[in-house]
Amino acid sequence: MNSKAGSTFGSDGATDSSAARRNSKKPKYSKFTQQELPACKPLLTPGIVISTFALIGIIFIPIGLASLSASEHVVELVDRYDADCVPQHLRDDKLAFIQNSQTNKTCTRRLIVPKQMSSPIQVYYQLDNFYQNHRRYVKSRSDKQLKSKSSERETKTCEPEGTTGDGLAIVPCGLIAWSLFNDTYSFSANSKSLQVNKKDIAWQSDKKHKFGSDVYPKNFQSGGLIGGASLNASIPLSEQEDLIVWMRTAALPTFRKLYGRIEVDLEANEEITVVIQNNYNTYSFGGKKKLVLSTTSWIGGKNNFLGVAYLTVGGLCLFLAMGFILLYVFKPRTLGDPSYLSWNRNAAGYSN
Amino acid sequence: MAANLGLFSDPSPPPPISGHVPSSRRRPSHDRISFAPDSSHSASSPSALGVPARHGSRAESERLAASQRDLPDEDARLVVVGDAPGTAEAAARLGLGVGPAGNAVRTGKYSVLSFLPRNLFEQFRRVAYVYFLVIAVLNQLPQLAVFGRGASLLPLAFVLFVTALKDAYEDFRRHRSDRLENNRSSLVLGPSPLPRFLPKPWKRIRVGDVVKLLADDPAPADMVLLSTSDPTGVAYVRTTNLDGESNLKSRYAKQETLARTPEDGFAGVIRCERPNRNIYGFHANLELRGGRRVSLGPSNIVLRGCELKNTAWAVGVVVYAGKDTKVMLNSSGAPSKRSRLETRMNRETLFLSVFLLAMCLIVCTLNGIWLVVHQNELELMQFFRKRDYSGGDEKNYNYYGIAMTVFIIFLMAVIVFQIMIPISLYISMELVRLGQAYFMTRDTNLYDESSNLRFQCRALNINEDLGQIKYIFSDKTGTLTENKMEFQCATVGGVDYSGGKAPSPIETGFYSIVVGDQFWRPKMLVKTDPELAKLLRNGGETEEGKCAREFFLALAACNTIVPLILETPDPKQKLIDYQGESPDEQALVYAAAAYGFVLVERTSGYIVIDVLGDRQRFDVLGLHEFDSDRKRMSVIIGCPDKTVKLYVKGADNSMFGVIDKSINLDIIRATETHLHNYSSLGLRTLVVGTRKLSRTEFEEWQSAYEKASTALLGRAGLLRTVATDIERNLHILGATGIEDKLQKGVPEAIESLRQAGIKVWVLTGDKQETAISIGYSCKLLTREMTQIIINSYSREACRKSLEDAMAMCNKLTELSPMAQSSTTAAGSGRIRLALIIDGNSLVYILETDLQEELFGIASKCDVVLCCRVAPLQKAGIVALVKHRTDDMTLAIGDGANDVSMIQMADVGIGISGQEGRQAVMASDFSMGQFRFLVPLLLVHGHWNYQRMGYMILYNFYKNAAFVLVLFWYTFYTAFTLTTAITEWSSLLYSVLYTAFPTIVVGILDKDLSRRTLVRYPRLYGAGQREEKYNLKLFIICLIESVWQSLAIFYVPYFVYRHSTIDGSGLGDIWALAAVIVVNIHLAMDVARWNWMTHAIIWGSILATAICVMVIDSIWFLSGYWAIFHVMGTTLFWACLLCTIVVGIIPHFILKAFIDYFMPSDIQIAREMEKFGHLNQAMRSEIRMRTFSQS
Repeated sequence: MNSKAGSTFGSDGATDSSAARRNSKKPKYSKFTQQELPACKPLLTPGIVISTFALIGIIFIPIGLASLSASEHVVELVDRYDADCVPQHLRDDKLAFIQNSQTNKTCTRRLIVPKQMSSPIQVYYQLDNFYQNHRRYVKSRSDKQLKSKSSERETKTCEPEGTTGDGLAIVPCGLIAWSLFNDTYSFSANSKSLQVNKKDIAWQSDKKHKFGSDVYPKNFQSGGLIGGASLNASIPLSEQEDLIVWMRTAALPTFRKLYGRIEVDLEANEEITVVIQNNYNTYSFGGKKKLVLSTTSWIGGKNNFLGVAYLTVGGLCLFLAMGFILLYVFKPRTLGDPSYLSWNRNAAGYSN
Repeated sequence: MAANLGLFSDPSPPPPISGHVPSSRRRPSHDRISFAPDSSHSASSPSALGVPARHGSRAESERLAASQRDLPDEDARLVVVGDAPGTAEAAARLGLGVGPAGNAVRTGKYSVLSFLPRNLFEQFRRVAYVYFLVIAVLNQLPQLAVFGRGASLLPLAFVLFVTALKDAYEDFRRHRSDRLENNRSSLVLGPSPLPRFLPKPWKRIRVGDVVKLLADDPAPADMVLLSTSDPTGVAYVRTTNLDGESNLKSRYAKQETLARTPEDGFAGVIRCERPNRNIYGFHANLELRGGRRVSLGPSNIVLRGCELKNTAWAVGVVVYAGKDTKVMLNSSGAPSKRSRLETRMNRETLFLSVFLLAMCLIVCTLNGIWLVVHQNELELMQFFRKRDYSGGDEKNYNYYGIAMTVFIIFLMAVIVFQIMIPISLYISMELVRLGQAYFMTRDTNLYDESSNLRFQCRALNINEDLGQIKYIFSDKTGTLTENKMEFQCATVGGVDYSGGKAPSPIETGFYSIVVGDQFWRPKMLVKTDPELAKLLRNGGETEEGKCAREFFLALAACNTIVPLILETPDPKQKLIDYQGESPDEQALVYAAAAYGFVLVERTSGYIVIDVLGDRQRFDVLGLHEFDSDRKRMSVIIGCPDKTVKLYVKGADNSMFGVIDKSINLDIIRATETHLHNYSSLGLRTLVVGTRKLSRTEFEEWQSAYEKASTALLGRAGLLRTVATDIERNLHILGATGIEDKLQKGVPEAIESLRQAGIKVWVLTGDKQETAISIGYSCKLLTREMTQIIINSYSREACRKSLEDAMAMCNKLTELSPMAQSSTTAAGSGRIRLALIIDGNSLVYILETDLQEELFGIASKCDVVLCCRVAPLQKAGIVALVKHRTDDMTLAIGDGANDVSMIQMADVGIGISGQEGRQAVMASDFSMGQFRFLVPLLLVHGHWNYQRMGYMILYNFYKNAAFVLVLFWYTFYTAFTLTTAITEWSSLLYSVLYTAFPTIVVGILDKDLSRRTLVRYPRLYGAGQREEKYNLKLFIICLIESVWQSLAIFYVPYFVYRHSTIDGSGLGDIWALAAVIVVNIHLAMDVARWNWMTHAIIWGSILATAICVMVIDSIWFLSGYWAIFHVMGTTLFWACLLCTIVVGIIPHFILKAFIDYFMPSDIQIAREMEKFGHLNQAMRSEIRMRTFSQS
């Protein structure tokens, strides 16, 4: 009888003024609204913890070994030449040497191939301490101008290398293009010249979509300060692969860029002669220049880090698996034992 | 119905009155001026009232109304009755500026045009948004343009957009309901040549219009009654929409306007107050055509939204319309509170700001050092080149000296690292709360079947506070109890009849009365005592029989109940529903009906009672309503046999003072004993007495009564004197015991809450004995508890009893060595204390230095019961606890008297019960039953708290990890803040890449199931101890983010250090690695994986990858095609795997270690959920084995 009374007393109590909803407002039952969707409730049980660690160890150690061996198979030849390629008498003032356009900048280096190098052998130049990711530098380019002829005047973002002193647009504009690397290398082995293939050193995607095939260099390196290489004004930008490579700015202050490929094998202990045109000025800020010859593998260049990292992590995980096994053995605890609940522990005279 | 006023004619309509309403509402026909001193007096001491204190606020508003009785022109509004244009003119003439509002209501905040500016303005009131706006604006300066201009505005725009969308939807709903409301129609008197009532939509009704309401019509605006279908001018209204009270209230039309018909026109001018929000006050006067002035009060006005009931029609003139109506003026939103977690969060945000500042300072200092070291090289350095030759003459390009550069770098660093303070967190928190609120309202466990009410979240920003409550302050009546009174037993003539267990066997004979060919029966059945029923039927002329009849006649007559006849599906059957303001009276009238004394009809002058099948008419000659001084009420009845009788009912202590002790002393003694028994059973008791009045006595009374009721000054006092004079030398009839039924599940709920370490304090207006007995019945008090009762009437006495109590507390705590902290030791063998204190003592204690001592004692006690407390004292007690501890307080109540405490407490919960909706309106959450506190706090509160706590920490962590990756990179860019990660990715990181999983996990993750949480209430302690959000966790979070950022940054760094990789390629690796690591981190912390969690976590990793690819497919961005080149190598995948594992392992170790070797209660409970049944089985096996061995 109470319910009867209740229904008369309460039901109108909360009717909204908007609509007369006389029917029951009982929320519809669904697993979702009651937060009872079927769910998996993972717990870090000893079994799972140990097997996770073991699994990581088991997977990581082979990967580590594979990477190390891949890295071991890569033959890399690095030659730093920036200091040695300055003639002895000019070493006190390298800057004067590099800035003087009259001096002979040819420099010959002899390299010994440590191991057999199978083609293709990548030829890189490596710059150290060159902040291609410097904020002033990365911003100083105009992608629109590079892409299409019609946007030639889009040089606003290229400061301070946007226009010539006469206000003519520089194509390609900007600090990046202006500072294009201009050392050149020619190789010979056993007094036979080694051909360096400079085709396809840039990304196809860049050549196709970022650099226009109808954009030709204009007013380039015509200012008072020459930053680097000049470009052949009759070749469209999309074919200027050195430029394209250079304009993909490096992530870190030490970086390599692809110079070309030598498509013959080099034997171990073979002596290679490299004639370098040492034009590029890194002396003004103490940057290093290196020439790198390297074979490739799936892991890229020679890099032991990844292998070591995998081995370390894998080893650590195996160790942890062991450690946890010991911990679980020496300090066992029944999972889900109510006596471990804080209030039960307190009642048992435990204090925490 | 002719106005037959019975034996002795009474010039004013005898009001159908209830027991508890202050006097000023009573007498519409008299000038209010005379009321002022008394009504203000009754309002000034609501604390002392034995009246359910819900009338306190009403009394207060009455006082307000009374104080405004002089209406100077500048405060008045003139309403020309029946002449809306005239009214507007009058307003203009008075120079009121704005005329009276039209009746169209607008609850919508915005219009199409104003939406954008207003919404933006409101959103930017949040400091966080201003911070992000400032950063976005900084970014627009060319020197500082870290991100593209559009890109930098994106996150803020996104957040603003989502919020605006939410607001727009809410506003749209309001507009829709407004439209519905505005287009309802009412009958309005047409223009004068053809005065007819014609339907008119509500929005076109204006002040001054004369409106006719038919039965069940809602009033379209606040209107003064002019006439009603009742000859005495009574109209009954139901004010459910206004204050939620479902009983009928009477309103009166003035005698002077009653006789007029529409055809005569209702010419006159009403001069009333300016619109105000006081629903219980109205003050005006009506100047009739003849120049006569009549004063109008709150009983003459029907407010917008009230429904006309039980009255065929009523005509009134609109005085306040539209937004001026009292209901609109009262529709304010819930008070805004801030959650504890959010307040705590500010500390961490501040810490992060310092961290951010430090990072910026480091970057800019190092940049300065770099510049100084390379000062001489800058000119020629290819990647810097200070000089600009392009303009013809040499100048510096974008270089303003080292100091300025450093400063610019600092600002840029702020922009780059801005998400250290997570913008998306604010919107995520809002969305999570919205989701949590959705689940709370949808929870079938919080749905109240009996009142058809869902749980309601009125405040959206304190969900998580529900998980940290330590103190509950509960009202008693209507909260612990149902406030549905049930007649249980009676003592009549010294004989106790409490055997009424079985329903009467002679049900049909007694329960229905015959009216013509119809059967009417009371709506509620009451169990009757067979002895008593027999005595009534057969007792005939015996002394006991007469006494019993008198007794029930008194119950049926001495009240202010209005019987309503309801139709039933069966045309021959009708139900009598007793409506009245006091649930006690309802119970008594139902009881009388069950025993054969059926109140059938009440008009203004007489009542009809079916006495054991014989319909009799009794004239109501006078009525002295209940007041707090007398604590009783009385009626003077002219019986059919031409005798005049006085019936009085009231509280025992007041009644025994006026009972004639010279006769029937043994009956009085017996009754007293029975009363004691009743109240120790937790029953509410009332004593009934009577006296026959002689002719002279009656006439004396009548003249005094008339004089008093027409007096201009001190009328209430005079009336009280008249009442006290007549209420004496009573002959005792008996006493009743009414059960204030406990709500379902209250004892269990209280037990659960106590186990959860929550202290439940009951604050009630009831007297001490009742409070204690209810305390026992709801298991709040137990027999083994030591009760400390403080009950003093002076400050010194209070001090003394507090000191004694303190001493006793200390002694008892010393006695039990086990007593540690009250929460942990609650279950142990400690002697438990209960403090019982009454309102009188509290008067002396609150607001003095004794507060400190009271708090000291109260915090030692397990239970605190405060009885006879006034509404403001309730708030005072809440404040006492709130200001002295850091603990969260929750107040729960259902009546207007609980409003102050609900607003004072950290969390206020309104029970939408019988006492109206004021408590609900003031509350943060509302629900139907007290017992819902258990699922609300233990389940939803726990979930909400742990979800929100985790979400905030996770947001701090994930943004810090990302910002740190950016930070490490600055060391390799000559500290120039170039970001390898594209600007789009760094902006999308916090709004798109990682925001959604946190929201979904914040809404859906459950660390424990509902069943476990309810079964082990102590798990609630996690929230009370702030286990899910504290400084320690925050620091761990930051350490983890530092480690992970190092892993994310340096593993790819070392892998690609000597390669040809370009900036964007490496940036993409970092971005992907960061998103994957933080998502896996989240995945490891998710307790419950359902398909949505899977979808959102793995989905957002996928979405990130897709986004990165899409960004790298835009040709003019520097990262064009970079991701595809990188992804094409095995190295990338090997590197990514290694990064993730290196980043995650420490968290995994930490988690595995803590979960196993330092398990929290929650962890154990989770294991129990998963393996519990297994363990139990194993253990019983072991036990059995040991048994068999021994």
